[in-house]
Amino acid sequence: MNTTAIFFVALPYTALATLIIGTLYRYMTLGFKLTSLSSQFLEGKVLFWGSQPFHWGILVVFLGHLAAFAIPGTLLAWNGEPWRLIVLEITMFAFGVAALFGLAVFIYRRITNSRIRSVTTKMDALVYILLLVQILTGLGMALLYNWGSSWFASSVTPYLRSIFVFNPQVETVAGMPFLVQLHIVTAFVIFGVLPFTRLIHFVVFPLNYIWRSYQVVVWNRNPKRIRAERSYFPGKTSVNN
Amino acid sequence: MNIRSQISMVFHLDKCIGCHTCSVACKNIWTDRKGAEYMWWNNVETKPGTGYPTKWEDQNVFKGGWEKNGSGIKPRGNSSKFNALKNITFNPHLPSLDDYYEPWTYKYSDLFDAPEGDDQPTARPVSLVTGENIDLKAGPNWDDDLGGSPDYARQDVNLQNLSPQEQEAMFELERMTWFYLPRICNHCLNPTCVASCPSAALYKRGEDGVVVLKQDRCRGWRMCVTACPYKKTYYNWSTGKSEKCVLCYPRLEAGMAPACFHTCVGRIRYLGVMLYDADRIHEVACSEDKDLLDNQLDIYLDPFDPNVIKEATASGIADSTITAAQQSPVYKFVKQWGLGLPLHPEFRTIPNLFYVPPLLPTMGSVTEGIYDTTTKSFWGGIENSRQPMKYLASLFTNGDTQKVEATLRKLLAVKIHRRMETVGDLPQEEVTTALTEAGIDQRTADEIFRLTALAINEERFVIPPAHREEATELMEATGDRKGNVGFGFIERPTRGL
Ligand code: HEM
Ligand code: SF4
Ligand code: SF4
Repeated sequence: MNTTAIFFVALPYTALATLIIGTLYRYMTLGFKLTSLSSQFLEGKVLFWGSQPFHWGILVVFLGHLAAFAIPGTLLAWNGEPWRLIVLEITMFAFGVAALFGLAVFIYRRITNSRIRSVTTKMDALVYILLLVQILTGLGMALLYNWGSSWFASSVTPYLRSIFVFNPQVETVAGMPFLVQLHIVTAFVIFGVLPFTRLIHFVVFPLNYIWRSYQVVVWNRNPKRIRAERSYFPGKTSVNN
Repeated sequence: MNIRSQISMVFHLDKCIGCHTCSVACKNIWTDRKGAEYMWWNNVETKPGTGYPTKWEDQNVFKGGWEKNGSGIKPRGNSSKFNALKNITFNPHLPSLDDYYEPWTYKYSDLFDAPEGDDQPTARPVSLVTGENIDLKAGPNWDDDLGGSPDYARQDVNLQNLSPQEQEAMFELERMTWFYLPRICNHCLNPTCVASCPSAALYKRGEDGVVVLKQDRCRGWRMCVTACPYKKTYYNWSTGKSEKCVLCYPRLEAGMAPACFHTCVGRIRYLGVMLYDADRIHEVACSEDKDLLDNQLDIYLDPFDPNVIKEATASGIADSTITAAQQSPVYKFVKQWGLGLPLHPEFRTIPNLFYVPPLLPTMGSVTEGIYDTTTKSFWGGIENSRQPMKYLASLFTNGDTQKVEATLRKLLAVKIHRRMETVGDLPQEEVTTALTEAGIDQRTADEIFRLTALAINEERFVIPPAHREEATELMEATGDRKGNVGFGFIERPTRGL
């Protein structure tokens, strides 16, 4: 096996497998450890300057990647005009810088604040290193190859799609510059370790809050059924309302 | 009608001696773990004072509870669910550890390991968060018994409604007085904590109305901490999960009173069932300010009313629970005698913990700078109470002084009546006037006296059977080992990756 096969075929499949199995395992058995591990209670003032730019930055950049993956044709068409390409690249770059700034604040806060240090784990360090590499390589590409978004849509998307249909075509990415390859590889590593780090927190984003009612009442048994029922084993099922 | 039963509580403030036994009992059972050291699910604060966390009553800062929104209500913090999700990565109104206090211990080993010398060795305080030496600046009950009044008592949020003269009068040395306010979660009918949790980790138990926080469902979004206006949900900084008072439900299910009730030295605590109409919760919570208190008291139903009994049976309430509701000391204090008032009804969560307001010493007055205990009558009237009515009204009746006065008048009438019964040294007409003005007869006065002063455990705590035989889930292992979290699953409370 050559290095291309290791990094662009073996790694992605290992990462995706650990992502899916690991997340399910953690969700089903380690519920108590599934949390955002918020540290705002111990320190909130500096965190604001980290959490807001980081999360909004990463959200927009992530959606950008998703768009290039899901609708590459539309993206290429948009980039057809140079000024539109430049607008897109600058916007993404700005959000990327926001994320980088936020991450820098996160790291600074972890190192300088003794309260935050006491709730920092080794896995946090790993997460920061991976994210740092990921964001830096992303920003580096945007600076050096500022047609990167078109590249993504025309070359990386076919590769990624080939992975998902279990017919890996690595030619398009094999010839890419080192920076781009590093960005792709780190991305897979991040997905692979995701279930075992605090990054798991965005998988449990509670969207259903929007449509649930404010109040939650949980019954361990259905008292009405028990009182009305004549059968020998009534009211076994619990109901929520 | 959709009748449900609610475990409710009464704390008789005249009886609280401020010993903190309740707090310690709770701490030993539930919160002596890492990350929970700073939590006091039960705490006792001195009033006037700023309480725990400092100035928790100031909702302009802490943004807890509900506020009026046209004809409806909305949470004061995240005014909509969309806002809650928008603020999820940074909660703009989260209290910080410093609003409570930094928990600490002492380096006791320094006492033993100190080399022999002329000086007494000392054990230095070290932070339980960072392990570093700390300078103690605040702690729970830093202002116990009015300690540090200029910084604490004077900052009491409830003084806002008093004029500067009234405030000065309150702090005149000769008039100075205080009482204790023990607080636990109110297990509200319209809890903001439940409403605020995006992951639905908090819920109200249908059977007994206890509000709990499911540990393996909590995702550390820490919205409930802001949302509870009484600041009775806490964030465990070590496990990254929130926690709250569970009203010792494993004890309740076994027919025992919660630990803080059971240990209460002053026997100030009462616990019993109230039946209420769940269909009316929203309507009551949306009441106009002036009707809020009356409407809340109105939601609780008369368990002797045949119609209520019929509806309760139709709603599935067990006969034993209805019987418990009829014997409930809470029903007596709150509905029959009108002595129990909720703390800060204006937060609109419909709390189920009621307080009998303190009568406080009314003897004595200051004339020309001399403290004079020779009053005409044995006890001065409640007009001479050292605690301004406005202050109590700000705590318990949303500013309505008449309701506080009516309650205190009854308490005083009971005292006068009992003095007459036991010592008999008061003019008979004084007794009659007191009882008539208070609107109670001698029998009621005797009953109030009995439940207040003589009642044994079984009268003070009327706990309906949990009917575990009908509930499969309730039969899960509840008696976990100490140091574990949650029920129905056993896990060490260690921090996630
Ligand atoms: C919409 C999805 C997301 C939500 C709701 C969310 C929410 C949160 C919350 C509540 C915290 C805790 C902040 C605090 O200390 O109070 C947090 C921290 C963090 N999040 Fe997210 N997050 C999301 C997406 C992401 C993504 C996509 C990443 C990275 C790829 C990420 C990386 C982090 C990191 C590294 C921290 C730790 C910050 C620190 O304390 O140093 N999050 N997030
Ligand atoms: S007092 Fe208890 S039930 Fe009410 S809002 Fe606060 S935590 Fe929730
Ligand atoms: S144990 Fe009872 S008397 Fe003592 S502080 Fe607590 S509530 Fe008051």
